[in-house]
Amino acid sequence: MAEVRLENVCKHYDKVVAVDNFNLSIQDKEFVVLVGPSGCGKTTTLRMIAGLETITSGRIFIGDRLINDLPAKERNIAMVFQNYALYPHMTVRDNIAFSLEMRKRPKEEIEQRVREAADILGIEHLLDRKPKQLSGGQRQRVAVGRAIVRKPEVFLFDEPLSNLDAKLRVQTRLELKKLHERLATTAVYVTHDQVEAMTMGDRIVVMKDGLIQQVGSPMELYNTPANRFVAGFIGSPAMNFFEAELAGGTDGLCLQSGEVRLDLLPEQCRRLERYGRKRILVGIRPEDFRPCERHEQGQTISGEVEVVEPVGNETYVNFRAGELNLIAAVGRKTIVQAHTRMVLQPAMEHLHLFDIDSGKSISK
Amino acid sequence: MESESIYDRPPGMRQRFSRALENPTVLGLLFVAPAELLLLVFLAYPFVLGIWLGFTDTIVGRQGHYIGWQNYIDLVNDTQFWLTAFNTFFYTVIAVILKAVLGIGLAVVLNRDFKAKGLVRAIVLLPWIIPTALSALCFWWLYDATFSGISWALVRLGIIDHYINFLGDPWNARWSLIAANVWRGVPFFTIGLLAGLQTISPDLYEAADIDGAGSWKKFRRITLPLLTPLLTVVTVFSTIWTFADFQLVWIITKGGPAGATHIFGTLSYERAMQGGHFGMGAAISNFMLPVLVICVLIAFMFLKKED
Repeated sequence: MAEVRLENVCKHYDKVVAVDNFNLSIQDKEFVVLVGPSGCGKTTTLRMIAGLETITSGRIFIGDRLINDLPAKERNIAMVFQNYALYPHMTVRDNIAFSLEMRKRPKEEIEQRVREAADILGIEHLLDRKPKQLSGGQRQRVAVGRAIVRKPEVFLFDEPLSNLDAKLRVQTRLELKKLHERLATTAVYVTHDQVEAMTMGDRIVVMKDGLIQQVGSPMELYNTPANRFVAGFIGSPAMNFFEAELAGGTDGLCLQSGEVRLDLLPEQCRRLERYGRKRILVGIRPEDFRPCERHEQGQTISGEVEVVEPVGNETYVNFRAGELNLIAAVGRKTIVQAHTRMVLQPAMEHLHLFDIDSGKSISK
Repeated sequence: MESESIYDRPPGMRQRFSRALENPTVLGLLFVAPAELLLLVFLAYPFVLGIWLGFTDTIVGRQGHYIGWQNYIDLVNDTQFWLTAFNTFFYTVIAVILKAVLGIGLAVVLNRDFKAKGLVRAIVLLPWIIPTALSALCFWWLYDATFSGISWALVRLGIIDHYINFLGDPWNARWSLIAANVWRGVPFFTIGLLAGLQTISPDLYEAADIDGAGSWKKFRRITLPLLTPLLTVVTVFSTIWTFADFQLVWIITKGGPAGATHIFGTLSYERAMQGGHFGMGAAISNFMLPVLVICVLIAFMFLKKED
């Protein structure tokens, strides 16, 4: 049973602020993913939980224990490193057994628990090999084996899949998720890959420049991003952004950007009237575009298709409408030719609106 | 026919030569030829000559005759020789162990991140790059019966009340020589092992931290095993150099007092160069051969394994 709580945690390196006022409460058995671009402080946060990095200020609890000044070995956590950090001179068996040996467990117990872990991960046949003789995927399993053999209170994963090839990554992602369900242990997982974050996390913490941008379930982040950064980070291809002027439309308000005009829904109009400013940032997800037959000012966007990128299940259409470069994801059955005109209708109810200066969402 | 195509001509010298160079064996041999030649003239010839001299009664100014194993038989019955053999092994074993232990310790310390570590690492290398003859002279001065800086300092500090007879007493002299050798040889271990330490991923220590290993366990279970191949090679090299040492001992004690600190190198030199008995001197040197050959074999095995 371990809940992990971070209260106002900060990490400074001289004058550089790596993590700023990090507050998060991770439930017991929850799988939380820290995601963000490199240098956002996600790994530093993980390493502070692990005890590999000192905490400049704030408090970290595992269960009821304040662990700020507890050395790593007394925190009852296990970590899977990005490059696995397997001991190269030891066999797989010794690698997995190492932590138990260090804790002076009896020999029979060690042997039994190593077998158990190896059985779960399907690496029994590799126990006598050295890490050098293993493939990337096998090494990754051994690293996980080393973590689970101890039955720790918390698992920490530092980009454990980034060294695997794309196919293996997808497969291992699934296995890790299953493993988490089976072991039912609190897990904190760091990645820079938003797909990995979305698919694995019960909750996702999006970070940038040491600050938490948003915490939420995958669908919360997707549907209601708190700011422009989260909106652009979650989802692939990334959301389209453009600045637009608020103008009086046929009835209510409309967004005007160059020759593109979109009439807002009554509910959006009411909110924007209260908001008061004239220029806003608009976000439309590529998948919220629907191809149309006929252009209707205020409802649709007409533009010229520049590049068509078929990816199989859908097709990405890069098109230009006046000054705007937009990307739309349309179904694979839609036949699109480059350098032709195309009319697209955005789903207005899924429009994302942001303050231009702060980037904060004003959709809700 | 006036204009004969070059394709019809039999291959000329030049073509045959360039074709031969395509063969890696030929090319390889050509590349190493200059080095091989130098080794042959300056190493192999003296080496074979030394072995031959050991079986002769050559003395200065007179061509020697083959006398079989006589030199070796004389040596086996010579107490000075047995003392020298003891000294050589004692000097080598103790000095190499001390150098290895201190070298590892210093390497581990220097591997940490601290300010001006580049400078400190350069300073550590100093004893190694100062010419041995110079540092030996300094030690000779430090160990001098009347002018010893060490004795002077210890007396001033009130730790001792009379000067230490560093080089006049056999055991003092042996330990003094070992101290000088260790001082000179530690940097080789340190720098060599430091390079090895830097190849060990810091992640391993972090993983071990989390796995619950303390400092000593991390050293014992991670650092030392990963350093062993390099440590073996460095130790073997140091053993060879220490076993075949000459300069330090010759400059500091000349094998004295009364032959008590002779090692094979100095005794051989004394008998051959000062006593004029080339044959005997060579025979003494040849006693070093089996030990050095074993060392070289060990080094070779490990270097091969590392490949």
